Amino acid sequence: MDAALNRRQTLAAGAALVAATLVPPAAHAEDADELARGLMGQFTAREGKVHLRIKEVAESGTNEPIGISVDSPMTAADHVKAIHVLAEGNPYPVVASWYLTPRSGRAEVNFRMRLAKTQTVRAYAVTSDGQVWLARQEVKVTIGGCGG
Amino acid sequence: MANSERVKVRIPAKAGKDETIEIRTQVIHDMESGQRKDSAGRTIPRRIITKFTCTWNAEPIISADWHQAVSANPFSSFFAVATESGRIQLTWWDEAGEVLSYGHDIVVD
Repeated sequence: MDAALNRRQTLAAGAALVAATLVPPAAHAEDADELARGLMGQFTAREGKVHLRIKEVAESGTNEPIGISVDSPMTAADHVKAIHVLAEGNPYPVVASWYLTPRSGRAEVNFRMRLAKTQTVRAYAVTSDGQVWLARQEVKVTIGGCGG
Repeated sequence: MANSERVKVRIPAKAGKDETIEIRTQVIHDMESGQRKDSAGRTIPRRIITKFTCTWNAEPIISADWHQAVSANPFSSFFAVATESGRIQLTWWDEAGEVLSYGHDIVVD
């Protein structure tokens, strides 16, 4: 019986190893979904209003300019209160969360980010009345010209 | 706190009342991600800036939580409504307890 159990454990461990090596792309998206819920609670995101500017092909993933702007009047009654950037394929997908106020004047931030590999980048915007808007873009990362 | 020599800014010295101005800034910091190894194969400990804030006469303009995928020497640009003359204060906190700060005086008329 011990032998059978060991065999089963070995098989299970082997299966886990295979699963870990062959992580389907969907697993990254699910990790990012879970982290997004950690930032925003339960939410339904709609595509639109958010404009994500990042190159489709990044030569190096170390210092990629990214800009996010959101259609919003930025008044006290109607403004963007948060912009969250997630990179699905990074070791830790949450990149940055920006918290805006009506005093920001314009719902736009620009910074530079790291991309571990070719992947989808997401930008979420949360408005003052709790709506969540989303834009996403695939970015190809070529490291040292080897096609990454 | 004295202005850090590791902070560069591009912010106008003057603005019209209620004009929206752009604030551009860069801070010198390795943003060591905790993903790299040294030549002996040891993981280089993570040390990143985790928080940034911008205030205008102590009123919050924008703030941010940063993680390990923010690039080294972080550059940021964002906007602010020029309400009255005073001081724009930028502050960065890193996870080792270091605080970098820069104040910029602006005239609004």
